[in-house]
Amino acid sequence: MAREFTPKVVTANALIEGDVVYLTADDSWTRRLSEAEIITEEDYAQLRLLQAEGQPELVVGAYLADVIAGENGPEPTHFREDFRRTGPSNYNHGKQAELADV
Amino acid sequence: MYNYNEFDTAFVAERNKQFRAQVERRIAGALTEDEFKPLRLMNGLYLQLHAYMLRVAIPYGTLDSAKMRKLADIADRWDKGYGHFTTRQNIQYNWPKLSDVPDMLDALAEVEMHAIQTSGNTIRNVTADHFAGAAADEIADPRPVAELIRQWSTDHPEFQFLPRKFKIAVTGSPNDRAVIKAHDIGIQIVEEAGEIGYRIIVGGGLGRTPMIGKVLRDFVSQEDLLPYLEATVSVWNLLGRRDNKYKARIKITVHEHGIDDIRARVEERFAVIRPSFGGVDLKLFAEIKEAFAAPEYREAPVAEYETAYKHDPIFRSWADTNLAEHRAPGYAIVQISLKAHGATPGDASSEQMRVMADLAEKYGHDQIRISHEQNVILPHVHKSDLPVIHAMLKKHGLATANIGLISDIIACPGMDYCALATARSIPIAQEIATRFDELKLEHEVGDLKIKISGCINACGHHHVGHIGILGLDRAGVENYQITLGGDATENARVGDRTGPGFSADDILPAIERIVYAYLDLRSDAEETFAQTYARVGLDPFKVALYEQDKAYAAE
Repeated sequence: MAREFTPKVVTANALIEGDVVYLTADDSWTRRLSEAEIITEEDYAQLRLLQAEGQPELVVGAYLADVIAGENGPEPTHFREDFRRTGPSNYNHGKQAELADV
Repeated sequence: MYNYNEFDTAFVAERNKQFRAQVERRIAGALTEDEFKPLRLMNGLYLQLHAYMLRVAIPYGTLDSAKMRKLADIADRWDKGYGHFTTRQNIQYNWPKLSDVPDMLDALAEVEMHAIQTSGNTIRNVTADHFAGAAADEIADPRPVAELIRQWSTDHPEFQFLPRKFKIAVTGSPNDRAVIKAHDIGIQIVEEAGEIGYRIIVGGGLGRTPMIGKVLRDFVSQEDLLPYLEATVSVWNLLGRRDNKYKARIKITVHEHGIDDIRARVEERFAVIRPSFGGVDLKLFAEIKEAFAAPEYREAPVAEYETAYKHDPIFRSWADTNLAEHRAPGYAIVQISLKAHGATPGDASSEQMRVMADLAEKYGHDQIRISHEQNVILPHVHKSDLPVIHAMLKKHGLATANIGLISDIIACPGMDYCALATARSIPIAQEIATRFDELKLEHEVGDLKIKISGCINACGHHHVGHIGILGLDRAGVENYQITLGGDATENARVGDRTGPGFSADDILPAIERIVYAYLDLRSDAEETFAQTYARVGLDPFKVALYEQDKAYAAE
């Protein structure tokens, strides 16, 4: 039996800055996981991933990451994705600093 | 210090020009990421979790004040004002933008530095004993031969597409501070009947299959060294497992074929290529050696040092812990700890880099070394200058007296930065250092090396730590495995796994139980952790780790 599809977002790193970005429903890239498009259907996920991979001038290394739908949009299910959306734990650098007062 | 000749300068400038054009073509869309990735890796540029990372080579860990200041300037201008010193004696910048990297490389070239062959399946930055040229126990300075190997291996046409990366380390002392037995090739300078030569060790390595290197040949003369190394790498280049990344390193080749078979193949290859080395390498070596001549030591009284040592307990503690024996009378080797309790192991701010550069220039014959243990060394300091150096270091958070102690932890960047990591390393190191500082126990515990890796690739050398910690992902949760009894010295040994791992919350108490068990088990205060472990073995530590835990849980 095929494994049940779990919700995903398309994520990648920005080409110039190298930081983490997520694909939104309106085909733009956001720095905030909460604004990412939650994908609940497998074929559509593959299509969205292909569309992301078709933008090498914007992003690098696109892949599908597991999420669950939370009150404020998608939430990571794995600690790696939690670090990616936050930044390192030893300094207030990365997303946690850059997005703090926006 | 070796200075670039015209060829070196032109070579680096040409490579930088090429890479600048490659970056431009990538940004313009003319190169895909698949095409660009091998090019950026050849120039030390990785893409990590939160950003790009630029790994800059510090050949055999040797810097002068101009180079250190430039590293500080680069950190300020294009990064976040700090750099991370690594177990390959390199420096990594964690936050560069792709479009800035060509400018960073040009800035490095201004002080004869680069990022070439800090990544990819090539011969990587050659490392050496960080006390090179200063150690009291040294037979010969390992840096000239490390530089010779660097020149031979850089852009070597036969070795640009090796089965896997290849790491070489050199020690000039019988007391190995360069972990040569955990390298693809380890070189030990030896002396036989008045002649300096090289013992060649092959097939060591850490990673998922840790191996201690084996002696390939006990004595290789100076004129045979490069052809012998070339024969060795050449044999592996043909024989190495390109079908399986995890079996591609030379340690597996040596393991699968046996050291005798490899030795026979190397000797055969050596006989073929030896005549093609016409002595140019010897001429070059003689020139390089001159560049590493010992500084002119001064003779001066050490009364100031003795007074400070007698009257200032903080200075005394630092001197007892952070100084090493120098070969010249009145001199000391200063080890500057980049392991302030609770700080990130190996990180230095641009301000700290400039302070260390100033001290080296003013008091240290303009010499600086980076150790594989992620600390900074001023190799030649007259003892009379130590009090003022200590005062300056203290002002800038650089006077932590913990070299070789439990808080002097090697930690890889782990999942805070690294795309390959399976768990974090840095916070574990921070917690352990902070805790043992609170307990005021680390001087009582004495020599104890903790090494932490955030994945099986073992950049944090956990296999050869007295206590090794390996961070893994167990069903979506960070989990830390412990090994005990590893040794990174000439008595190299891979540590023994204790059993099931611990969660991020439980790892600190687990380390505490090991340390308290050691304090109970040691025969007296002179017996080090490593000695106690060698005497009593794993079992009593296992009891302390797992059964005490159960006893507490039952209460």
